[in-house]
Amino acid sequence: MSAREQAPAARLHIDWTRCDARGSCIELLAGRLVADEWGYPSAPGMNAAEQSDVPLRADELDAGRDAVELCPRLALTLRAPRS
Amino acid sequence: MSEVLWAIGRTSGIVSLILFTASIVLGILTRRGRPLPGLPRFGVVMVHRSVSLLAAVFLVLHVVTLLGDSYAKLNLVDVIVPFLGSFQPFWQGLGTVAFDLVLAVIITSLLRHRIGDRAFRFVHWFVYALWPVAVLHSIGNGTDGSSPGFVLLVAACSIAVVSAVIWRFSARSTPPPTAGRPSSDPRLVQNRPGRSAR
Ligand code: HEM
Ligand code: SF4
Repeated sequence: MSAREQAPAARLHIDWTRCDARGSCIELLAGRLVADEWGYPSAPGMNAAEQSDVPLRADELDAGRDAVELCPRLALTLRAPRS
Repeated sequence: MSEVLWAIGRTSGIVSLILFTASIVLGILTRRGRPLPGLPRFGVVMVHRSVSLLAAVFLVLHVVTLLGDSYAKLNLVDVIVPFLGSFQPFWQGLGTVAFDLVLAVIITSLLRHRIGDRAFRFVHWFVYALWPVAVLHSIGNGTDGSSPGFVLLVAACSIAVVSAVIWRFSARSTPPPTAGRPSSDPRLVQNRPGRSAR
């Protein structure tokens, strides 16, 4: 089921000026993010805006929090879903 | 009693040296975004944090037990202000410098999300000064700074740190792509700001 069929619980904001392709968020959110060819996180099936504000389902929230906590570059923040 | 404290003080010092060595190597792995066999990238970040905190716990134990030592005659001022000690003030002072730096690094790391990336990284650079200072302190001040076992340990730790640091500052600074599917839609990639590698 995609995040669009279900109301997203949060958005994972990625600050591209900070992200350095360390990849730990990609491992933690394996169902949502994949590495692009340079190792940067990318959300398949999402539109351009959603690449920087990836909608997360409720069951992805915990992994999202871990990703925010562990990102070595502090590039990630959780935001309220777009209404 | 004093003998026991001294033994604990020595042992905890050695343990924290080993743990700080591991912490430097793990920090560099975090920096390079490399997984270890059986340990994913986010695991490396977590283990780096845990090992560093554990090293600091042993360091505190090291200092606290030697506060009671009749040789070192440490007092609370010597713990924070270097080079004032009565027993080998220079070598002991190096230990104090390292201790202060560890405090600064740990505090800024734990407040990372609050103080921001710049302040965190600035203070984190001091780890590269901290480690050699701590090693000199352990050789100069330690009861068995020149015993073969200790020399061997210091040599092993130095090899680990020096090779990690060489690797840190050599080669390209961006880690290789994470294993995984590249995004299929090229439009998404073009819309991505902040990307330098092309
Ligand atoms: C005194 C103990 C510590 C030592 C010796 C240490 C050592 C290091 C080293 C050598 C690096 C690589 C830095 C570079 O070359 O850019 C590093 C990076 C890092 N450390 Fe530590 N560290 C310590 C404590 C901590 C703690 C407690 C945390 C908790 C969050 C932490 C989080 C990080 C992170 C997130 C990075 C990656 C920074 C980046 O890639 O920009 N460190 N550490
Ligand atoms: S963990 Fe942080 S630096 Fe690493 S890829 Fe994700 S956002 Fe970028």
